[in-house]
Amino acid sequence: MTNWIDRNIKWVFTMPAVIFVALMMVAPVGYTFWLSFHEWSMSNITPPLWVAFQNYLNLFQDELFINSLKLMFYFTIVAVTVETVLGVGLAILMNQNIVGKGLVKTLFLLPMVATPVAVGLIWVLIYEPNIGIANVFLEKIGLPGQEWLTSQNLVMPSLIFIDVWEWTPMIALIVLAGLVSLPKDPYEAAMIDGANTWQSFTKITLPLLKPTLYSAVLLRMIDALKTFDIIYATTQGGPGTSSQTINIYGYVLGFQYFKIGQASALLMVFFIIVLSISIFTILLRKRAGVNL
Amino acid sequence: MSGNKPNTTKSIFTHAGVYLSLFLFLLPFLWMLLASFKTQVQILDTSKLFEITANFSNYISVFNKYSFLSFIWNSFIVGVGATVFGLILGLPAAYSIARYKQEGLGLLILVARIVPGISFLIPWFIIFSKLHLIDTYTSLILSHMLVTMPFIIWVMIPFFEGLPHELEESARVDGCSIPSAFVRVMLPISGPGIVTSSILAFIFSWNNFMFSLILAGDNTKTLPIAVFNFISYSEINWGGLMAASVIITAPVLILALFAQKYIIAGLTGGSVKG
Repeated sequence: MTNWIDRNIKWVFTMPAVIFVALMMVAPVGYTFWLSFHEWSMSNITPPLWVAFQNYLNLFQDELFINSLKLMFYFTIVAVTVETVLGVGLAILMNQNIVGKGLVKTLFLLPMVATPVAVGLIWVLIYEPNIGIANVFLEKIGLPGQEWLTSQNLVMPSLIFIDVWEWTPMIALIVLAGLVSLPKDPYEAAMIDGANTWQSFTKITLPLLKPTLYSAVLLRMIDALKTFDIIYATTQGGPGTSSQTINIYGYVLGFQYFKIGQASALLMVFFIIVLSISIFTILLRKRAGVNL
Repeated sequence: MSGNKPNTTKSIFTHAGVYLSLFLFLLPFLWMLLASFKTQVQILDTSKLFEITANFSNYISVFNKYSFLSFIWNSFIVGVGATVFGLILGLPAAYSIARYKQEGLGLLILVARIVPGISFLIPWFIIFSKLHLIDTYTSLILSHMLVTMPFIIWVMIPFFEGLPHELEESARVDGCSIPSAFVRVMLPISGPGIVTSSILAFIFSWNNFMFSLILAGDNTKTLPIAVFNFISYSEINWGGLMAASVIITAPVLILALFAQKYIIAGLTGGSVKG
């Protein structure tokens, strides 16, 4: 018995985890796929009805779906770009001799570990038009107050701002770890050649930092595409559907309207989008010579 | 360095920049803390924005009126359960993947982290309803394990790769089977990695909102759901809401301080050392 276990150790050790993932993830995704070809309202009396590709056809004629796709990409692209730029800036600032750097680094961790629902609700108070600090501040400097989360135009930027607050420190700390491990020699050589700070940043720091930046942006992007907690806790997709990203729309279709087939089709499309973007980026990163 | 003018000026600007950014990033927490000690009337009066009060009535009502003790307990049970079972399944798997270079399985675990949780939410709801497991710790722990286990494996693979496997071999020469060498020799020297990944896994479970939104009910309501329910009342009790937010975030922030050295390494799967 012991011999058998030792000989097959790599399966004995991994099978429980693999079976768990198969039961809890692979099978349910398969079930979602099956449901996406049916019409069903989760009723016990009427079983799922086969409708072939109807749900997918409906989806691509559904303005709300197209809108939710756009919002997801808008949110992800803007948030990740801003976080990367600010994060790199912050990392460069922190890469100097700072008094109390250890404590500063620790405190910067807090936004990313705090419970997202609580974070969302704190921002609901901050953005509150009458009593929130955002408008109090604007009015102090003589600008009119805004309807941050309840105006169609401002809701997405306001949500992106929360995401930026939450995740810029993560990018900064990852980049800082990358900066610390950079070799010193190229900078000395560049200084002797008379390069200025900006030149040594664009010609030396950025290229050397590429692998680290890749990791940070990839991780951030995967999570930004799937943002749910912050949006659901603050606006639930509103006002109207102005912040209804695909994740929220799927939830609304499935668990508020009980359009199980339609929601499943949407979730399959979402699943494929997230997975293919992630795999594409991982492959790109491999080609750039960076390992996972 | 002293007396070197340009450097001193630069240093002052750098410090100002770093500490000002830090202040801005901490401001929302400060704001939450201040508001949690104010009455509704004080919160509605914007002329006293930064007034510091020491009124614990919000905290008392959160525990008495909204029975937060039971929600804390639910979150704790689910978090500990999901972490412990995540470790039991995850540690041997991570060890095997690291030791025998099972890259395909490593990729499967990565995919488990990438896949949007919402794509299996509908099947979970249907299946757990059929099994009468909605509103039980079982379904909540199982669902949260899909977050904790891949994370634990992900963090522990590079950790185990860094251990010398001569140790396992010498234990086997002494007559241990591989599983007992793993439990008696390899796990004890992996303490730091296990503690860190457990703390982070627990935080992820504690913070989880989406799975609990579907699977929790009146008996198993976790903290994120309880806090979220605050805004469904017609007039929002801001002080109570902020006190509830303090209660839910404080344990996470304290745990994070213990695991701080490893959080960045953990979040990036060991590819970046924090």
